[in-house]
Amino acid sequence: MSKAVYALVDCNNFYCSCERVFRPDLKGKPIVVLSNNDGCIISRSNEAKVLGVKMAAPYFKQKSFLLRNNVTVFSSNYALYGDLSNRVMNTLRTFCPDMEVYSIDEAFLRLDGFSTYNLTEYARHIRQTVYQWTGIPVSIGIAPTKTLAKIASHFCKTISDSSGVFSISDIWEKPEQVDRLLETVPVTDIWGIGRKSAEKLNRYGITTARQLRDRENKWLQKMLTVTGLYTGLELRGISSIALDDAPASRRSIRSSRSFGKPVTEKSHAQEATVAYTVRAAEKLRRDGLLATTISVFIKTSKHRPGDLHAEYCSYTLDKPTDYTPLLVHHASEMLRKMFREGHQYQKVGVLLSGLESPHNQQGSLLEVTSPQAQKQNEFEAKLMHVTDAINKKFGRGTVQLAAEGLGQPWKMKQENLSPKYTTDWSKLQEVE
Amino acid sequence: MRRKTDFPENSATPEGYGQMHTSCAHAGFPSPADDYLDGALDLNKLLVNNAPATFFLRVKGDSMTGAGIHSNDILVVDRSVSASHNSIVVAVLNGALTVKRLWQRNGRVALMPDNPQYKPVEVTHNEEFEVWGVATSVIHSLRKQK
Repeated sequence: MSKAVYALVDCNNFYCSCERVFRPDLKGKPIVVLSNNDGCIISRSNEAKVLGVKMAAPYFKQKSFLLRNNVTVFSSNYALYGDLSNRVMNTLRTFCPDMEVYSIDEAFLRLDGFSTYNLTEYARHIRQTVYQWTGIPVSIGIAPTKTLAKIASHFCKTISDSSGVFSISDIWEKPEQVDRLLETVPVTDIWGIGRKSAEKLNRYGITTARQLRDRENKWLQKMLTVTGLYTGLELRGISSIALDDAPASRRSIRSSRSFGKPVTEKSHAQEATVAYTVRAAEKLRRDGLLATTISVFIKTSKHRPGDLHAEYCSYTLDKPTDYTPLLVHHASEMLRKMFREGHQYQKVGVLLSGLESPHNQQGSLLEVTSPQAQKQNEFEAKLMHVTDAINKKFGRGTVQLAAEGLGQPWKMKQENLSPKYTTDWSKLQEVE
Repeated sequence: MRRKTDFPENSATPEGYGQMHTSCAHAGFPSPADDYLDGALDLNKLLVNNAPATFFLRVKGDSMTGAGIHSNDILVVDRSVSASHNSIVVAVLNGALTVKRLWQRNGRVALMPDNPQYKPVEVTHNEEFEVWGVATSVIHSLRKQK
């Protein structure tokens, strides 16, 4: 059997790159993208990195520095990023059907089948095509395992002459080169090694990927459980974490945001909870799934130490559902119980879990479907279908539950939001 | 003490959850004929050859009226098509997006308007120039703009 070859395709500074697709005037200029609610910096262009802008820095502390240095600041525009992410993934799929979308800006490809090509050349071609089609620059790391492919993709950015592609597979037959490379990788940068594990390893004097690789299996498993063992094997080039192309069925759906300004009114928190539940239920139906458990959480800002309240509440339904009003009912009930007057809430969120497809739903022994219940089910399904269709056609919120509220004063802060260039006909970029 | 106002008005109460509220659209149930509409013509299939690479832009100005491209039209732009001499392209010239006809001869490049009131622009080596995409269709509404 021939050796496995994995590629990790990683979009460079993805959110910043998305903002540039329709703003070519920002090419070569420093830009940053802020998290939801304009909280902190979550994406930096290379020029912003050079200026010394730090990742995850709170925006309000950096504001004047960014202004002085002419850094263009964007609120996060997930409609745009989501659309461009789909475009990048669909472009990649035309090159390699064996693919795992790992995150909004990363995908693993399995390239074994293409070994008649020079894979580094092939990756350059993929990279060039993704840029031409979507405007998004990517880096591609190639290696015998996923963990090594991740490491390789980091080197694309640090080594200037690699033209966006770096292959560990190409140097695999020269162990001393691989050793030297892995010596430069701190354990914190290894895929699957969290901060806690890294601290543990550091206490045993293990700070680099090479040192971790060279520990014996038993030790790795004892120290870091079986996942640590897999990481060790992967660093030795033994593929132990397969391509996860199946689980498109997600484990949970989450809808949560920070509030634009702290919420003290119960009715506002309630409206937000309802709106997030509606949004989550939409996603649920879009993916053709039913939820068994609905959870709601609420929390105050951690920057206000005198005013701490965070709570989480779950409700498990007798029967999985995708019916918005039922989910909204339970979410509202839970919020009502948790909300305490006198606190300034920063965030609420809704989580749908226990997701299953209607086709492999487990029938309840006690369930008797009367003709009336059957009719009611059909009515509910039709109502949701029509609601989704209308909202898709006329824009989100055309038909909504009255409980979502109309003014929505709790909506998040997005002061520097760019237009939804690719998802709203009235927001297209203009060209002269 | 429990207050009656625990639920805001019109909200999802345990008794009455499921009140829907429409802002402008009147919804009915789909007609029984919906099941037979599978063969409807799809404009996407006509206008979009390569979806991940196709973008829509809004035209402003009248520099390309001779090519049938008017202000407020929607331009269908395919980034995967390679531009050649005479293609109508969306280009980036010194940071600005512009739609023009590409002129390429003997190593010289120019952007040609299609309206006698505008002058061609020759692209020199000092300028930042890039083809953003190739315009493949234009959607021109015959109704008055709101």
